[in-house]
Amino acid sequence: MTLPTPSQTVGPFYGYALPFPDGGNLATAAAPGAITVHGTVHDGAGQPVPDALLEVWQPAPDGSRAGRPGSMRRDQVTGGFLGRNGIDFTGFGRVATDHDGHYTLRTLPPGGAPYLAVCVFARGLLHHLYTRAYLTDHPLHATDPLLAALVAQRRASLESVREDENMYRFDIHLQGEKETTFLAFD
Amino acid sequence: MTPTQRDIDREIATESQAYAKELADGGPALHHPSRGYAPYRSSVLRHPRQPPIAVRDPDAIELSGPVFGVTDITDLDADLTRQHTGEPLGERITVTGRVLDRSGRPVTSQLVEIWQANASGRYAHRRDQHPAPLDPNFSGVGRCLTNDRGEYSFTTVKPGAYPWRNHENAWRPAHIHFSLFGAAFTQRLVTQMYFPGDPLFRYDPILQSVTDEDARRRLVAIYDHDLSTPEWSLGYRWDIVLDGPSATWIEEGR
Ligand SMILES: [Fe+3]
Repeated sequence: MTLPTPSQTVGPFYGYALPFPDGGNLATAAAPGAITVHGTVHDGAGQPVPDALLEVWQPAPDGSRAGRPGSMRRDQVTGGFLGRNGIDFTGFGRVATDHDGHYTLRTLPPGGAPYLAVCVFARGLLHHLYTRAYLTDHPLHATDPLLAALVAQRRASLESVREDENMYRFDIHLQGEKETTFLAFD
Repeated sequence: MTPTQRDIDREIATESQAYAKELADGGPALHHPSRGYAPYRSSVLRHPRQPPIAVRDPDAIELSGPVFGVTDITDLDADLTRQHTGEPLGERITVTGRVLDRSGRPVTSQLVEIWQANASGRYAHRRDQHPAPLDPNFSGVGRCLTNDRGEYSFTTVKPGAYPWRNHENAWRPAHIHFSLFGAAFTQRLVTQMYFPGDPLFRYDPILQSVTDEDARRRLVAIYDHDLSTPEWSLGYRWDIVLDGPSATWIEEGR
């Protein structure tokens, strides 16, 4: 086995390099069945984190986990961004928190799994963190093996709050009483 | 009160000694920084105190991951010196290497993103208020896809060191930020590449947050004279190994 390259913080200045237009819009709000997942990232003092970057990965509504290229489609003429093509569901989203620590994602419900995989980066965070935003009304929610294995206290932070038919709130607490449950894969 | 460099040096030494003792007592080598590393002050309120939950579900969606393709990059993205009408100032360099997974297999057709300060140590970011000149011919952002051998390559200028406000007289060694994707979401990596022999290494709490000396060395590129181009550029080689499992490992019973 080769030894891994260590992680380092994303730092404060990724803002002109990593986010891209439509990064948080895996689907348009007008797409049939589209849902909105939004929330605020907080630090251990309860303050919003204005320089966090979230990534999500999820299966397509038909359950495919193959993904599709085209999340950050480029304009070969100007070097700018074209936005997604509106046809391929890439399964990948990337969104920076705003000045108030808030983010918004628009997507389609994942097929075959009741959650969006979430990866958190931030200034001050030396190694990214994984968590999951569970959709509590998803058909597979009741039988999810990870949720079933967790005690109530560690489970609650993974469950998004359904605010209305198509709107879910998923707040992330990096530290403290409401600390989000983070995941390790090894 | 703002800590001095000497205060931070002392804290770095304490963390380093604590790690050496754990190793001597039979503890595992740590390949990554611990998220709560007090000499890097911003980490204090931004790391979880509870241990992560280990996920060993072979059906976890994190064992698969996003893909990228030719529509996601343009040909000029890998050459940071040709993104404007004029040439950027600074020492022209190429940075190249291979992206591998833990079993040494190349990570092919995956996205590599970089960002960096210009030769004066200034980022093209409005929040960077370091009074060093911006360069109208340098944005400092690059992207490419790895080829079928897992190789990436960028042409850029060597970034300058820059000050930051972690403590009094805090300076970051010259570095290039890297973002990498593997075959699985679990293999995601954001890190920084450093240049060999930088005198600022020992003073920098971000680099020193990697308390394992061997691991720290893996963040430093190698100057490779064979990669230098006569009358044109200096060459650096930096290979990257992504941590974490993927679905293919699990199928093969690793
Ligand atoms: Fe930096």
